[in-house]
Amino acid sequence: MTRRLLLGALLILLSACAPSPGDRQTIRFWVMGREGEVIEQLLPEFERRNPDIRVRVQQLPWTAAHEKLLTAFAGDTLPDLCQLGNTWLPEFAALNALADLGTRVATSRVVVAEDYFPGIWETNVIDGRLHGIPWYVDTRLLFYRSDLLKKAGFETPPRSWGEWEQALAAIQKAVGPTRYAILLPLNEFEPLLALGLQQDDPLLREEGRRGGFSSPGFRRALDFYARMFHNGWAPALGGAQISNVWTEFGRGYFSFYISGPWNIGEFKRRLPLERQGDWMTAPLPGPAGPGASIAGGSSLVIFRSSRHPEAAWRLVEYLSEPAVQIRFHEMTGNLPPRRTAWQDEQLAGDVYAKAFRDQLERVRPTPKVPEWERIVNEMQLAAEQVVRGGMDVEQATRALDRRVDAILEKRRWMLARGKRG
Amino acid sequence: MTPRLASALVNGLLIGLTAVTLFPLLWMLSVSFMPAGAASTLPPPLFPETPTLANYRELFVRAGMVRWLMNSLLLAAAVTLCSLAFNTMAGYAFAKLKFAGRERLFRTLIGALVIPGQVAMMPLFLLLKQMGLVNTYGGVIVPAMAGIFGIYLVRQYARTIPDELLEAARVDGAGEFRIFLSVVVPLLRPVLASLAVFTFLACWNDFMWPLIVLTDEDLQTLPVALASLSREHVQDNEMMMAGSVVTVLPVLVLFLALQKHYIQGLLLGSVKG
Amino acid sequence: MRLPAAAWAFVAPALLVVGVFFLLPVVAGLGLSLTDFDIYALAAFSNLRFVGFENYVRMLQTPLFWQALANTLYFVVVGVPLSIGASLGAALLLHSRLARFKPFFRTALFAPVVTTLVAVAVIWRYLFHTRYGVVNYALDQIGVDPVDWLGDPHWAMPTIILLAIWKNFGYNMVIFLASLQAIPEDLYEAARIDGASWFRQTVHITLPLLGPTLLMVGILTTAGYFQLFAEPYVMTQGGPLRSTVSVLYFMYEEGFKWWNFGAASAVAILLFGLIFAVTWLLIHLSKREVNP
Repeated sequence: MTRRLLLGALLILLSACAPSPGDRQTIRFWVMGREGEVIEQLLPEFERRNPDIRVRVQQLPWTAAHEKLLTAFAGDTLPDLCQLGNTWLPEFAALNALADLGTRVATSRVVVAEDYFPGIWETNVIDGRLHGIPWYVDTRLLFYRSDLLKKAGFETPPRSWGEWEQALAAIQKAVGPTRYAILLPLNEFEPLLALGLQQDDPLLREEGRRGGFSSPGFRRALDFYARMFHNGWAPALGGAQISNVWTEFGRGYFSFYISGPWNIGEFKRRLPLERQGDWMTAPLPGPAGPGASIAGGSSLVIFRSSRHPEAAWRLVEYLSEPAVQIRFHEMTGNLPPRRTAWQDEQLAGDVYAKAFRDQLERVRPTPKVPEWERIVNEMQLAAEQVVRGGMDVEQATRALDRRVDAILEKRRWMLARGKRG
Repeated sequence: MTPRLASALVNGLLIGLTAVTLFPLLWMLSVSFMPAGAASTLPPPLFPETPTLANYRELFVRAGMVRWLMNSLLLAAAVTLCSLAFNTMAGYAFAKLKFAGRERLFRTLIGALVIPGQVAMMPLFLLLKQMGLVNTYGGVIVPAMAGIFGIYLVRQYARTIPDELLEAARVDGAGEFRIFLSVVVPLLRPVLASLAVFTFLACWNDFMWPLIVLTDEDLQTLPVALASLSREHVQDNEMMMAGSVVTVLPVLVLFLALQKHYIQGLLLGSVKG
Repeated sequence: MRLPAAAWAFVAPALLVVGVFFLLPVVAGLGLSLTDFDIYALAAFSNLRFVGFENYVRMLQTPLFWQALANTLYFVVVGVPLSIGASLGAALLLHSRLARFKPFFRTALFAPVVTTLVAVAVIWRYLFHTRYGVVNYALDQIGVDPVDWLGDPHWAMPTIILLAIWKNFGYNMVIFLASLQAIPEDLYEAARIDGASWFRQTVHITLPLLGPTLLMVGILTTAGYFQLFAEPYVMTQGGPLRSTVSVLYFMYEEGFKWWNFGAASAVAILLFGLIFAVTWLLIHLSKREVNP
């Protein structure tokens, strides 16, 4: 008796999680970080226009998003559509988890490929197939204290590495040993990655079969990066050790900071009023003149496993409408990937966004290999060893390439077997 | 040392130790009633100046705490019920029913007790994926429906049941299952209570496996949801403390209510058999 | 023969569960560790290769694995003795005839054991906050400079060890208490007549008689501490500078972050081997201690 009761109870429990049928179709949408908090405000309008669709949003923390998505793939529990960092696209494309959006775009009146920044659009095309629609763009460039730069004797921000080094040295001299010219948090790989992408040597060789980090180009970038620490211009700190970047920037603890668009809003909001006139953004300096930066950002993807691809696509289209993108920008500070949206008065008139608009025409994608997320983690570990552990650049890059080659071993085998396109 | 001084020393040390032990829990409770941002001031406040329930409201109304609380309760209850039934039957059989290979089988099980569960984790995930149980309650419940430790605990206790009692029941013509239910289970009641509290607490507090196997936010247990919330809301000190209170309070209350059984189970399980 | 049949019916459900969901996966884990099972293999089974012991060889050449191992050993070697010391101290205090309100103290000291690790790790994170944490404030009052507890690679692990001691000492305390109560009172009586001090009684009577309990507690605690995971996951995410990545955390990343099940299985089995070896060593050493 007891046992039968138990089994009965168990069966009820097990079936409790099965989806219940209904008239409306419910699509599951996974969104990350801050976007997840504000997206709810954009959805009522969509659900009003599409009364047959209900959207269920789940917010993923950025720090756990990648593992969550892979777990969901492994467990066959992916949502219908999802926000995906565009460096993760190759991984999910290789897993054959993403729907091909090419034909949908061809017939869409909302999503017009030509209106998007080409560098960003390109990150969504893998082996000739379109797997995502850019939702917002993200690149890294300079935030700087214009007053401190001026005090050190510079009217305009540096455009090349040479000018940058001069400015850094001058500022460091002016602010003294308790403060720093630049902040490069050691747990963030983006600054070094951007410097690496400015080089002519690719980060991976042989079509992504082997590491290219011991190339002269990347070594130059790492050397430049490490020199900023060794010269005492940058403090060797991880992100967690700086309690509040915004306060410290306001206090002049550092004068240069490489960061992304969301910080425009944060600095506007968090810096005291009397500091508001003292900061500005500038495109990232390159080895000789304005340099490239990372073609980052997030795309909207539809998973092949989705049972409501049509409804999911309607949501993608809605979120891609320039008017919606402008609202989204107002709420998050994320920059729209479409040129039309940039013509909006508020965005066009934003002096801080101007540098981003400029930089976006000069962005480069990261290598499109599924293992990239892991490789870039290794790259930053190597950089940390050079900065903190006193390893020399040549040694570190050679060791890095060895590790990267090991990570790519499976990819080489699979390419050789010709199983992948 | 005079007896008086010695007594003061012993009790003084105990009071000090208890204060240090309870401080984090009391601090958690106190901060959970502070308005947002109040705890991040210097000097760190020990008591809320203007007590508020806003953090709890935020958690229950907006963050879905009710759902996680229900998930945790449901999973812990289901695992406790199932494993209690299965472990008791097996433990009793290993203690009192004779069958070929019994001792060897039991020794094998005890030997397997030294294997840490992590060795099984990856294949178990693949197995549950095949069974369609990943990201369902079943993914947590099914693998936990029986456990070697529980079987061992019951067997230790069941060995004290006199054989004559069982024989008498058999002479009366009772079936084995009937004997189990009407004779054995009542005698095992103390160990069952211990095992139930033990299992419930362990399941409630478990973190790694639910983290892996339950990806859907709506299915998550309190600890997993709390860990994820605390990564997102690093600044929201007070709300996180409220979340911790909701997570810790049920098990603390349960423990206080059934303390005797818990300690008994702990001692029974750790005495070598 | 109706008895054996009934007996099998009684053990079958539990055996089935344990066999299918524990023993079988353990054996499969051994097999998995000899393959390069990864996310590609998960996508298509044809992407799976048998690689022999390559996962193990590669693991032993991975600096991060050694670092995780060193971090874990640090946690075990420092954490276990301190934990057991705290348990023993608390048990001796509670056992003292001078102690009052024993049930209250026992319950209060035991309370952290039943609390949820994730929740207390969250509490700890705020208590040890560099700027607003109570701990640094208290230190500041006695003139000690603030410590960046969770941000400084040198302090992160000690902070986690403190948490582990606080959380776990009550468990062993109860076991010690039971053993202490089992020591016949007349032994102490005799010692007192001989004029032995409390300290001498402890060293010459109490501790030797606690020997077997101490060994068992040592083994169980060591095995438990080797499986450090939730504390770094919640408090530091393995950082800073990977100083709190434990072997199990490393396995979790390898397995459920990067989905290299082959490599992760190898890590799990290496961990198992390590725990087994240390346990064996403890038993062996204690035997030699007893009969030299």
